[in-house]
Amino acid sequence: MEDKIAIAIDDLTVAYNYKPVLWDIDLQIPEGVLMAIVGPNGAGKSTLLKSILDIIKPLAGSVTVYGKPYKKQRHLVAYVPQKGSVDWDFPTTALDVVMMGTYGSLGWIKRPGKAEKKLALEALEKVGMLTFQDRQISQLSGGQQQRIFLARALVQNAAIYFMDEPFQGVDATTEKAIIQILKELRKAGKTVVVVHHDLQTVPEYFDWVTFLNVKKIATGPVAQIFNDDNLTKTYGINYKTSIVEE
Amino acid sequence: MTNAQLEIQIILSLVAVACALPGVFLVLRKMALISDAISHSILPGIVIGFFITQDLASPLLILMATLTGVLTVVLVEYIQKTGLVKEDTAIGLVFPALFSLGVILIARNAGDVHLDVDAVLLGEVAFAPFDRWMYNGIDMGPRSLWMIGTILSVSMIMLILFYKELKIATFDAGLAASLGFTPIGIHYGLMTVSSVTTVGAFDAIGAILVVAFMIVPAACVYLLTTNLKKMLVGSSLVGIFASITGYWLAHALDTSIAGTIATVLGLLFFMVYLFAPNKGYISQWYKTKQQKTEVAMLVFMLHLANHEDERERNINHLQEHINWSKQRAKKVLRLAYQNNMIEVKDEVINLTEKGLAFTEKAISYISDNKNSELEGIKQNFFLFRG
Repeated sequence: MEDKIAIAIDDLTVAYNYKPVLWDIDLQIPEGVLMAIVGPNGAGKSTLLKSILDIIKPLAGSVTVYGKPYKKQRHLVAYVPQKGSVDWDFPTTALDVVMMGTYGSLGWIKRPGKAEKKLALEALEKVGMLTFQDRQISQLSGGQQQRIFLARALVQNAAIYFMDEPFQGVDATTEKAIIQILKELRKAGKTVVVVHHDLQTVPEYFDWVTFLNVKKIATGPVAQIFNDDNLTKTYGINYKTSIVEE
Repeated sequence: MTNAQLEIQIILSLVAVACALPGVFLVLRKMALISDAISHSILPGIVIGFFITQDLASPLLILMATLTGVLTVVLVEYIQKTGLVKEDTAIGLVFPALFSLGVILIARNAGDVHLDVDAVLLGEVAFAPFDRWMYNGIDMGPRSLWMIGTILSVSMIMLILFYKELKIATFDAGLAASLGFTPIGIHYGLMTVSSVTTVGAFDAIGAILVVAFMIVPAACVYLLTTNLKKMLVGSSLVGIFASITGYWLAHALDTSIAGTIATVLGLLFFMVYLFAPNKGYISQWYKTKQQKTEVAMLVFMLHLANHEDERERNINHLQEHINWSKQRAKKVLRLAYQNNMIEVKDEVINLTEKGLAFTEKAISYISDNKNSELEGIKQNFFLFRG
């Protein structure tokens, strides 16, 4: 089977204040996978996403999206940051946050109009949040906020979705709803990459996995590489302890 | 009202709006202190500009001062990035240094001109009508009116053009960056507008009032609305209201105009803080109290649902079992009773059908950890809500 490569990462090194957070990462993400990135705290999982998305400038190496630099392929990529990375007291509504997903295709200066609002409402419906469209975002529960973030990414109608810990602080129902949507995305041929913490759900949710701890430990189909050997290499000898800590 | 009085009020109102617009974004970005820093550290820029041009009204002064304002932000961020100190400390390191540099420059070289520290800090808007712009011998009006009018127009146009970009970069810089909106560029754009506004405003009203105009209206309206556009309009209106009220109050009391306006702004914030409908102190206090009683009622109803034994549910033994003060027990009983959650038969309290349904739903929501839905059922079941 000759898979198309959605994301190709080549010799990527990222440093904060000259201290490497990611070290010489080579990683290829095939098109159409639902991939988890796992690793202990401080392994550089979020940093990896941010450097793919051109939010952090790498010290060395390159990233390509379908063979071209990210800057030329923005329209193909949607990003769901960590829920905690924004101020939920910001004066805005659920609908307005979802509309932000359309800003990328609008470009500079142009304002969102009726077409964008329609897309946003459709996305809200998909995540079951239509009735909350006018709710101020601080009045939403953690799970609802995460659904809003997901809807904002859906609006972009991208080919590749990056999500940074979408299951953090959400209730069981929301987690199921989100994974359902992610699986639908994969069925539609999209590539989905998720920074994930809960090792126990990896085999159930994902078909592809990357082990990361500053260096890339392993990447491949869950069925083949999700084993004690790689877990131990990634989390250290006593990897079960680190699961408990998280 | 004389012409000069009218002109002063117009100048003040324009300054208020010009400051309020960037101020809203500074407050939302948790950068309120930066406006304080900029308003002080532009001093050396003004002084150096003055040495070069020997003219207090030269555009070069504004340019130099704006550059120092942006330099302040750059320095603060540089120091912060070293990771050795936090942002507030970095601000505290940068602006006193730049400000005192300005003070020394004035003391050494400009002792004999109209450029003193008092004027920089407090300004004197009462003199603004005397400094007029003459064009071909025609009186065009006060110079500061033109200056602040121009600055306001430019920042209004920028705001209208880049509203969407400002919003997304402020709310979610990560997403903005991934969509190609260069949040750093927007950040420095906002800092430049803030600096220019500060420079344009300080001459008329002084550095202290600039800070008040940028932060207080935004902080007031932040407690009143959950809509960014309303916040921008609202903080402009608060600024204008404080300007005009403050002006006439200063007139009546024969005190500093800038000082009185800043005081009015402070009082306005205090009133909003007390009386704001949702986030205000009184509203919060009432809500917390209400919530305490509601939680107590839920505990009480769980107790009723849990105990078949009539002794546990006897109205006279209630206190010893649930261990509440008489007053509290009374309040809880009344709330439950008024909402038809309980009935009393032969001194024994029973849950009504409605009470039982509520309790069961509440238990299932609590065990599912769905707090938001718990709020929802309270609304369905309760007759009255705070």
